[in-house]
Amino acid sequence: MSQQTHVPNSVDGAQPQDGARRDPRLLTTVASPSGWLQALRRNIRGGELGPLPVIVGLLLIGLVFQSMNDRFLSPQNLSNLTVQIAAVGLMTTGVIMVLLLGEIDLSVGSVSGLAAGVVAVLAVRYGTSEWVAIGAAVGVGLLVGLIHGFIFAKMGVPAFVVTLAGLLGWQGVHLNLMGSDGSINTSSTGPIAMLTQTYFVPVVGWALVLLTLALYLVSVLTVERKRSGAGLPHKSLVEVLFRAGLLALPLVGGVWILNQYKGVPLAFLIFVGFVVMLDLVLRKTRYGRMVYAVGGSSEAARRAGINVDLIRISVFGIASTLAALGGVMLVSRNFAASVSTGGGAELMMAIAAAVIGGTSLFGGRGNAYSALLGGLVLGAITSGLLLLQMDTSVRFMITAAVLLIAVILDAISRRGRKTHARGGA
Amino acid sequence: MSTPVLELSGISKTFGAVKALSEVDFHVDPGEVVALLGDNGAGKSTLVKVIAGAHPADSGGVISWDGDPVTIGAPSDAQRLGIATIYQDLALCDNLDIVGNLFLGNERLHFPGTLDEVEMERRAVELLDSLSVSIPSLRVPVASLSGGQRQIIAIARSLLGQPRVVMLDEPTAALGVAQTAQVLDLIERLRDQGLGVVLISHNMADVRAVADRAVVLRLGRTAGDFPIAETSYEEIVAAITGAADNPVTRRSTRTGSSATATKDKE
Ligand SMILES: Nc1ncnc2c1ncn2[C@@H]1O[C@H](COP(=O)(O)OP(=O)(O)OP(=O)(O)O)[C@@H](O)[C@H]1O
Ligand SMILES: [Mg+2]
Repeated sequence: MSQQTHVPNSVDGAQPQDGARRDPRLLTTVASPSGWLQALRRNIRGGELGPLPVIVGLLLIGLVFQSMNDRFLSPQNLSNLTVQIAAVGLMTTGVIMVLLLGEIDLSVGSVSGLAAGVVAVLAVRYGTSEWVAIGAAVGVGLLVGLIHGFIFAKMGVPAFVVTLAGLLGWQGVHLNLMGSDGSINTSSTGPIAMLTQTYFVPVVGWALVLLTLALYLVSVLTVERKRSGAGLPHKSLVEVLFRAGLLALPLVGGVWILNQYKGVPLAFLIFVGFVVMLDLVLRKTRYGRMVYAVGGSSEAARRAGINVDLIRISVFGIASTLAALGGVMLVSRNFAASVSTGGGAELMMAIAAAVIGGTSLFGGRGNAYSALLGGLVLGAITSGLLLLQMDTSVRFMITAAVLLIAVILDAISRRGRKTHARGGA
Repeated sequence: MSTPVLELSGISKTFGAVKALSEVDFHVDPGEVVALLGDNGAGKSTLVKVIAGAHPADSGGVISWDGDPVTIGAPSDAQRLGIATIYQDLALCDNLDIVGNLFLGNERLHFPGTLDEVEMERRAVELLDSLSVSIPSLRVPVASLSGGQRQIIAIARSLLGQPRVVMLDEPTAALGVAQTAQVLDLIERLRDQGLGVVLISHNMADVRAVADRAVVLRLGRTAGDFPIAETSYEEIVAAITGAADNPVTRRSTRTGSSATATKDKE
C-alpha cells in the first residue's frame, strides 16, 4: 500500500460548524455599518471596485455643473437628459454583451444609422405603417448582427475586423437607401415620435417604484430563506432591508424629480427596461452564464460542452438588434432620419459608456447596469457642457479624459485581481 | 483480484510517421491508483488522450470496460463509460465563481433556463465536503484561488459526472509542497471511494506517496509494470531511462546496493 509521507493537510482540520459552513480563513462581514465599511475597504484593495467610482463620479459631475449653472439639476434638464441618453444607451447595452465576450463591435453606429434609414424610408417613402417600419428596422438589425457573428464565429475572422467592415459597409447601405434625400422627415404624431414624446402621469412612476421594490424584496427574501434552509450562508433581514433601502434611494429620488417636470419618460423607461431585462438574463439564466463563460475562457467553455459559436453569433445578433432600436430612438427624437444619423459620435459614446459604467474591455467582467451608469455620466457631461455653451471640442476632450480614467481603473483593478490571486493556501 | 474496470491491450497510435504508442498494455482496477511514468515524449499524454477519446487509437488493439470490449472514438464515448480526464491546463473560467465552474455546462435549473443557484451551491458544498476539501468561500471568482485549490476544483468538477476512472495529467506539476499534499490527499480519497485513478507525474515522491502500481512507458512501449511497495526507486528509474547504466544506478552501485533493470516486464 502507499506510504503517506507527505505533509498532512492543514486545511482538512476545518470542520463545518453550527450548520453553516465556515472556514477559519473566511473573513466574515459583521452586520454593522463599520463591518460593511471594512468589507468595502477589502473589496477596493482586492480590485473589486463595483459601481462605486462611477457613482462618486456622477455625484461630482452633478455638483460641479450645478455650481456653474443652477439650471443643471433642474427637473426639466434632468428629464431631458434621461430622454437624450436613451438612444445611445440602447446601443451601449448591446455593446456590453459583446464586451462580456471579450470582443468588440465597431459597427453599432452604422447599424443604428441603417435602421434609422429603414424606418424613415418605409414609413415615409413607402407609406407603410410605422409599427411595421419599426419592426422591419429591428429585423434588419438582427440580420446584420447574425451575419457579423457568423463571419466571426464560423470563419474565424477577428470581430474587430468584421465589425470594422460593418462600420463602413452598413453606412454605405444606409447612404444608398436614402438615395438623393439627404434627410427624410417623419411624422411628429405617429408611434415613432411617441417613443420619445410620451411621459407618464406621476402615479405610474410611483407604482413602478413600489412594484420594483416589492419584487426585489420578495425575490431576495425567497432566495435567502431557501439558502438558510439549505444550510448555506445567507444575508440577515437587516442587510436585505439595508440593500433595499440603497435601491430605493435612486428610484424614489429619480421618480420624484422626473414627476416635477412631465413625469417618467417612455424612452427612458424603455432603456431601463432593456437594461433590467438583460441583467436578469445575464445573471439568472443558463444563457447568461454561458456568455460569461465564453468571455472568461472560450476553451474552458468549449470543453464544458457549451456551443461557443452559437453564443457568439447570438450575442452579435443581440448587439445589432439593440443598435437598431437605438437608431429608431434617434429618428424619434429628431423627427427625421438623415444620411448622418448614427455616423457621428454615437459609436464612440456607446463603447465609452460601457467601459465608464464598469464593464471590462478584457472580457468576462461587467454587467448590464454599466449601460445606465455610463450613459448617465456621458449624458450629464454633454448636457452640462451644452448648458455652459461650451464647444464640441471641449466635450470630446473631457469625454476622452473620463474614458481614459475608466480604462485605467479597469486595468488597475484587473492587475489587483491578478496580484491577489494564487495567494490562498 | 477484481476484474479491471478499464483494460487496454495491444494499443497503438501513429501520428503520420511517428509511432507514439506501439502495442501498449494497460489496466486499472477499481480502488487503485496507477502511476503512468516515462520520460518526456514517452507517450503518456498520448495514452491518456486515447483513453479519453481525444485521439482514437489505431485499429488492432482492444479496449475493455468491465471486461467487455468497447470502442472509444470520441470524448463523449469516454464520458458515457465513466472516464473523466483532467488535463494539465485546467480549463476553468477565471471570472466565474467556484459554483459556476463546478456546474459549467451542467447547470441545475428550475424554470426553463433559470439557474437554481441555491441547489447548485448546496450540491457544491456536499461534493467538496465529501472530498474533505474546505475552501474559504464558494462565491469568489476562481482567479483568486491558489493553484492547488484550482486543481481541486477541476477534479471535483469531473466527479459530478460520477465517473469510475479519473485520469490526471501532471496534477502537481506547478504546485508547492502543501498544495501538492492537498491534491494527493484528494487522490487517495478518490481511491478510497472505489474509483480507478490514473496519475501521470514526473515526481517520484508523489508517485511513491499515493500510487499502488507504476506503469512505465518508454519510446511508446510498455517498459514495466511495478507494484510500488515492492519496487525500489532505482528499478523504476532504470525502466524509465531504459538502461541499467544510468546516473541513478551508477550512484547506487557505488554506494553498495544493486539495481536490476526491469522487473515484472511483460
Ligand atoms: N498530435 C500529435 N501529432 C504528432 N505527433 C504527436 C502528437 N501528439 C504527440 N505526438 C508525439 O508522440 C510522442 C509522445 O508524446 P506525448 O505527448 O504522449 O509524450 P509524454 O509522455 O506525455 O511527454 P511529456 O512528459 O513531455 O508530457 C512524441 O514524440 C510526440 O511528438
Ligand atoms: Mg505529456
